[in-house]
Amino acid sequence: MKAVRLRVALTVTALAFFLAAAAGHQAQGGAQEVHARAGGIDAKFEYCTTCHGPSAQGFRGFYAMPRLAGQQPQYIENQLHAFLERRRLNPVMANVAHGITPDMIPALAARMSTLNPPPVGGAPAGDAALGREIFANGLPDQNVPACSACHGPDAKGQREIPRLAGQLYWYMVSTLSIWSSERGQGGRQDISWIMRPTVANLTPKQVQALAEYVSALR
Amino acid sequence: MKHFRTKMAALAISLATTGPLLADDLSVRNCTWCHGTSAQGYYEAPRLAGQREDYLVHQLQAFATHQRDEFLSVKYMWNAAAHLDPPTVQNLAAYFSALPPEAAKDGDSALAAEGKIIFEDGLPNENIAACQACHGPEAQGVREIPRLGGLSYRYLKRRLDEWSQGQDISGTPMPKVARSLSPNQIAAVASYLSFVEDESSEK
Repeated sequence: MKAVRLRVALTVTALAFFLAAAAGHQAQGGAQEVHARAGGIDAKFEYCTTCHGPSAQGFRGFYAMPRLAGQQPQYIENQLHAFLERRRLNPVMANVAHGITPDMIPALAARMSTLNPPPVGGAPAGDAALGREIFANGLPDQNVPACSACHGPDAKGQREIPRLAGQLYWYMVSTLSIWSSERGQGGRQDISWIMRPTVANLTPKQVQALAEYVSALR
Repeated sequence: MKHFRTKMAALAISLATTGPLLADDLSVRNCTWCHGTSAQGYYEAPRLAGQREDYLVHQLQAFATHQRDEFLSVKYMWNAAAHLDPPTVQNLAAYFSALPPEAAKDGDSALAAEGKIIFEDGLPNENIAACQACHGPEAQGVREIPRLGGLSYRYLKRRLDEWSQGQDISGTPMPKVARSLSPNQIAAVASYLSFVEDESSEK
């Protein structure tokens, strides 16, 4: 009887050891996961700058990757969610958004908003005056409101309304040109719908003029 | 007229060095010695045929200014580019970029599928960017960003290895990109690209 009890005791003890070890391993794995995420913000930020430029000033690759530096944090957060939920269609950014955990988003957006490199520039010249006029006063006859009314007289945006100052010329042109096919795919309640009528009422030349004007703003 | 032959010779030489180049021209043959008679590349020397004109110009300038300084460039291209005047640089770039490229197909076809995923989608969980964002969906390049489609596995792997080990040319994200890739991923991307054909006829 004593021997049996001893064997049971030993088995239970061994089992307890195994379970404790397993739990310890689990905790260790969890700790490693947290650790990777903690270091993850820096690595994730570096990753963003691969395409968006070393100071997030934007880069004109095959696609125009927009300036994120100095961007409104709420706008960045909204875009990342929109990419993830396919309300804004961009295959590359949908993949990128999948690799960003929700807790990372505010930290990344905050870091981007603190950067302030000079604009990339490079826009074709000649229509900045027209761009400034439309930006400041709109085109009443074409039902185009003044951009400054929402985006601010300095084009720095506010809350969910994006900063345009220093944005890549080619990104501005392409974004304004394909607005309704890429943005607001979630329907009328999507915040991007607000730009639809404005975009529809601008001619290509006016889009280029606006892009040229804002791309040079600091 | 006096010195007629000399003047005719001078005229012939000056005419020969202006305008578009031909395969027989000395400046072209100086390149095809190493880059292959049809400019498709040969061993370590990459294919020039079908490469982006602006990229070729930038590289020739980078060799001449010694800004591009990996071992083989120092050994061969610094000399090759040292005495090219700007019109010749432009003419060489225009000549080679107009040649139809052929895919090297020297990669590991078993790795190509993984390489395609990295090229088109990246691996966001590993902070690896999608190459196509800059190089285009068919790896065709644009402006000063090089066409990668069909370049040799040998060349692409070497460049990615060099960048990941610290070789740098200022102003491009390639060192950062290469450092984000594991050796297997480098082999996969280089393999995939070596099989990519030039689909369109436009440069």
